[in-house]
Amino acid sequence: MAQPNRLPGGQIDRSRTLSFTFDGRSYQGHPGDTLASALLANGVRLMGRSFKYHRPRGVLSSGSEEPNALVELRSGARREPNTRATTAELFDGLMANSQNRWPSLKFDAMAINDRFSTFLTAGFYYKTFMWPAAFWEKIYEPIIRKAAGLGSLSLQEDPDSYDKGFLHCDLLVVGAGPAGLAAALTAARAGAQVILAEEDFVFGGRLNAESYEIGEGSALDWVSQTMAELQALPNVRCMARTTIIGAFDHGIHGAVERVSDHLATPDAGKPRQILWRIYAKRTLLCAGAIERPIAFENNDRPGIMLAGSMRAYANRWAATPAQKVAVFTNNDDGHRTALDLIAKGVQVAAVIDTRPDAPRLADCELIPGAKVIDTSGRLGLNFIQLRLADGSERTIECGALGVSGGWNPNVHMTCHQRGRPVWNDQIAAFVPGGDGPAGLSVAGAANGDFSTAAALAMGSKQAIQALQELSIDAPAIALPRAEDTPVNLQAFWHVGEGKGRAWLDQQNDVTVKDVKLAHQENFRSVEHLKRYTTLGMATDQGKTSNMGGLAIMAELAGKSIPQVGTTIFRPPYTPVAMGTLGGRSRGGDFHPTRKTPSHIWAAEQGAVFVEVGNWLRAQWFPQQGETHWRQSVDREVRATRGSVGICDVTTLGKIDVQGADAADFLNRVYANAFAKLPVGKTRYGLMLREDGIAMDDGTTARLAEDHFVMTTTTANAVTVYRHMEFVHQCLCPDMDVQLISTTEAWAQYAVAGPNSRALLQKIVDPAFDISNEAFPFMGCAEITVCGGLRARLFRISFSGELAFEIAVPTRYGDALIRALMQAGEEFDVVPYGTEALGVMRIEKGHAAGNELNGTTTALNLGMGRMVSKKKDCIGNTLSERAGLNPVDALALVGFKPLSSTDKVTAGGHLITAGDAVDAAHDQGYVTSACYSPILNSSIGIGFLKNGSARLGETLLLTSPLTGLDVQVQVVSAHFVDPEGDRLRD
Amino acid sequence: MINLTAVTALGGPSARVDHFNGVTVTECPDWALASVTARRGQSGQTADKAQAMLGFALPDIGLSTGDGSLSAFWIGPEQWMIEAPHSSHEDLAAQLKTALGDSASITEQTDGWVRFDLTGPGCTSVLERLSNANTATMKSASITRTGIHHLGCLLSCRSSGDHYSIWGPRSAAQTLHHAIDTAAKSAL
Repeated sequence: MAQPNRLPGGQIDRSRTLSFTFDGRSYQGHPGDTLASALLANGVRLMGRSFKYHRPRGVLSSGSEEPNALVELRSGARREPNTRATTAELFDGLMANSQNRWPSLKFDAMAINDRFSTFLTAGFYYKTFMWPAAFWEKIYEPIIRKAAGLGSLSLQEDPDSYDKGFLHCDLLVVGAGPAGLAAALTAARAGAQVILAEEDFVFGGRLNAESYEIGEGSALDWVSQTMAELQALPNVRCMARTTIIGAFDHGIHGAVERVSDHLATPDAGKPRQILWRIYAKRTLLCAGAIERPIAFENNDRPGIMLAGSMRAYANRWAATPAQKVAVFTNNDDGHRTALDLIAKGVQVAAVIDTRPDAPRLADCELIPGAKVIDTSGRLGLNFIQLRLADGSERTIECGALGVSGGWNPNVHMTCHQRGRPVWNDQIAAFVPGGDGPAGLSVAGAANGDFSTAAALAMGSKQAIQALQELSIDAPAIALPRAEDTPVNLQAFWHVGEGKGRAWLDQQNDVTVKDVKLAHQENFRSVEHLKRYTTLGMATDQGKTSNMGGLAIMAELAGKSIPQVGTTIFRPPYTPVAMGTLGGRSRGGDFHPTRKTPSHIWAAEQGAVFVEVGNWLRAQWFPQQGETHWRQSVDREVRATRGSVGICDVTTLGKIDVQGADAADFLNRVYANAFAKLPVGKTRYGLMLREDGIAMDDGTTARLAEDHFVMTTTTANAVTVYRHMEFVHQCLCPDMDVQLISTTEAWAQYAVAGPNSRALLQKIVDPAFDISNEAFPFMGCAEITVCGGLRARLFRISFSGELAFEIAVPTRYGDALIRALMQAGEEFDVVPYGTEALGVMRIEKGHAAGNELNGTTTALNLGMGRMVSKKKDCIGNTLSERAGLNPVDALALVGFKPLSSTDKVTAGGHLITAGDAVDAAHDQGYVTSACYSPILNSSIGIGFLKNGSARLGETLLLTSPLTGLDVQVQVVSAHFVDPEGDRLRD
Repeated sequence: MINLTAVTALGGPSARVDHFNGVTVTECPDWALASVTARRGQSGQTADKAQAMLGFALPDIGLSTGDGSLSAFWIGPEQWMIEAPHSSHEDLAAQLKTALGDSASITEQTDGWVRFDLTGPGCTSVLERLSNANTATMKSASITRTGIHHLGCLLSCRSSGDHYSIWGPRSAAQTLHHAIDTAAKSAL
């Protein structure tokens, strides 16, 4: 029979029927159902197997606090484990499978664990599986690992997209129950910018689960009217399916909006979820309360659930877990479940109330002063066993038991910044302490005010108060009449008798026995209790179990509950998918891609690109017939040194430095002198850190008395700019100097080789003489090219050849590379990439990032004398400290292998011939290495103790970890044209 | 006569335009940009000379001023970005230097940036997916620095609710364009 446990009424749309499957079986439900409610309506109580002991479990709750009914939802690449059936909105074609069981939910072989529960209690891995020791790594641990975990991943790429978003408001209302709605209405009518966020897919909070009246009509009518008004207002943003996951600094809240999870697949271009960052001037937490159970022997059978959830299923979802139910409670509120289920035609066997003076509120048997001491029905509850007030026992037949131990206000967010809740004896629960995040206040059940009337009143009042703090005048609004039932409860945490296990944390399988064990072994503080037993450490974060655990620990320790206290609630309030946290930053969009002005042209040439930070740079340009990168790189080097080559060097940082004190400023940041650099000249500059270590290097050109353009390495462009801003703003604020980046604004190409001048003369406008006499080495000038286009020309060389760098505004960069290549045809011009660039600078012994590695000094680089003692600069003083100036300081030298078949390998360390190969005898290390097609040999440069005095010496180059052992000879780092004649040609 | 052909930041011969359900995203390459930073003690001089050249005053903090063709944007303490039509002001930086002399430091910024304009009623719905600036309440003729998909950008509100300009680093034009397009498809 279809949906045997359906009831009349409810907020489901019976005009449409949805089909879904659970563990391969087909069922039907309706829009408005969750997976859990639809399963219950179909007579399914068994929904999962517990983590450790694989006990059969059913749904405990009807909300996001659910510990048991965790399923793998959807199939294929969208399959998601650990999805709570209680919050999964039913859609047509939904596929769900239970987890953590083999081969099936009904028969799970791993339930054998339950038989060995004595060996698997809290902290078992500190006591068992220890002998023999050798078994741990290869046998025990892999087995335990395999058994652990709940759901499984699809291991396929997530096909959905996730957005980030940013919202601002005056008042963020968290939760759209009676408190939140009253608050939102009050604030909205006052004209404030309001965001109303609701975790559920309908607004109304607890009002959807109860059968209350508000004003003259039903509570649901009031919710509809209120939502209609709110949704029509332009200053209100109503966000359903949106969980506020955390309260962060400065009023910033994280929120996850489930945009498409209730659809079979997201619409094209739409995200599955959005991670919102909400900047709220004030926040009102109206998150309600979560019911807590009572612990008793075998209290975890399918069919045993929270009493409030049982009536939520009946009232909102028109479903009952069984045709005959019972209620076990310590408070008046639990009786509501009996009342509501009777009204829906469900048989209520009895209300069992721990209080001897329990009032009779429902039209069914009341058993006061009694407790449930055991249950039976492995795959689904069928009997409960009671201890009556007079000491006798009684058995009651029922298919479901609603349990109520009272309600816990949802204080979590008030503790996200290390606030602590305080104990309220009246309701035997923790309520927000006064030390929550600044700007956050609480109203309604979340604040311990459980009646609807109190929620409405306090929600409105707190909204007025919050807005007043923002100087927004919010008049009081008329609030309808609502139930104002007082809390009538006697604290009762667990039934003491029974030899079996009473469950606290049903997701992590933590029992009352585990808490006793923790106490016995002296793990008595609430923090130790949590971590030793794992109580509260599962995906439900102990929402239905923390209270029970610490109440029992309090009893054992002879303390009051507030003395034991709570652990710290941390964001996220409910689990968040990693994809949601990643947003659009994944795959090719993980970080921005920066392309050089010649990128399109280089791609046309078939260049191979390499990532350099966010940049893509051409690494080499393979030609037809070349099958290995060495062929391309060797060719590019030979061609450039032999005639002319062009390389895009736009990526190097360009910092514009101007002002009356620009030159002095450069003197401060550079180790060497810049103040007297003539206009029209460029100079190599070395920048030190405050501690005397080399930070970056580059060249700075003086275009005018008060105008310099500094270049930095590609990698440090941002760091150096930031550093210079810091120096200006914080160290030298009185200097007249202005800084701005121009890295992006100019396309810059190196033109290098004996024919570089000849090539450039074809594009530089005739008015400008770039002969050796008119434009010598290290010159710079503002010129025009190609018929009047403004350009900058620098005669600098990283390759060691006669070379220039030419810059034009970036929009002309593409045209310029094409023009240069065309002009260079007669010289067999080649484009060269970063590999050839690297080979040539190693051949010249030029330092680059590998050598400026954060531990080396000017002295190590052979530039000790460049640190001018005639003027102060950053790093000057500390560069003189003894530790950086030992007698045998590292010095930059070159290396060649003794055998032509050997390679010099960067990262290898140097050992003096005959010395032991260990750290104590370490003489230095190789930083850069390559094959030099000019020398037909592998070469390298690096740092060697007292290196300059050891030219010609043979050393061992070794890397014990990678099996490298090569004999190398120490040589000058300047392998090619050591005198530098070509530069000055 | 310059015999080199310019390309836009996205690499095309002409500006890219994309239409969405309530927003149009337009690449705007035809504008020259230059930075003006007053030198020490020269605020007054800079203000006067700039006003004389532009015909309107330099704006106050977080604001922009203009005459419909030329615009000035506040981008930092004593620092502004001047925007002018590229066709008539390709040498904007040189023009400003002539006018302001030693009172300020000028740099050409034209090709340091790519500008995308968002126009239409859906602008703020798109912008709230991209930037944490309070675009819903941003006033016309205001500007702010903001991060968009890990890029340091400038965001100007030309007309509250329906016209915004985003400047981002030119080299990341494709990334920025993709981020805006994706947000538009997602939000609208």
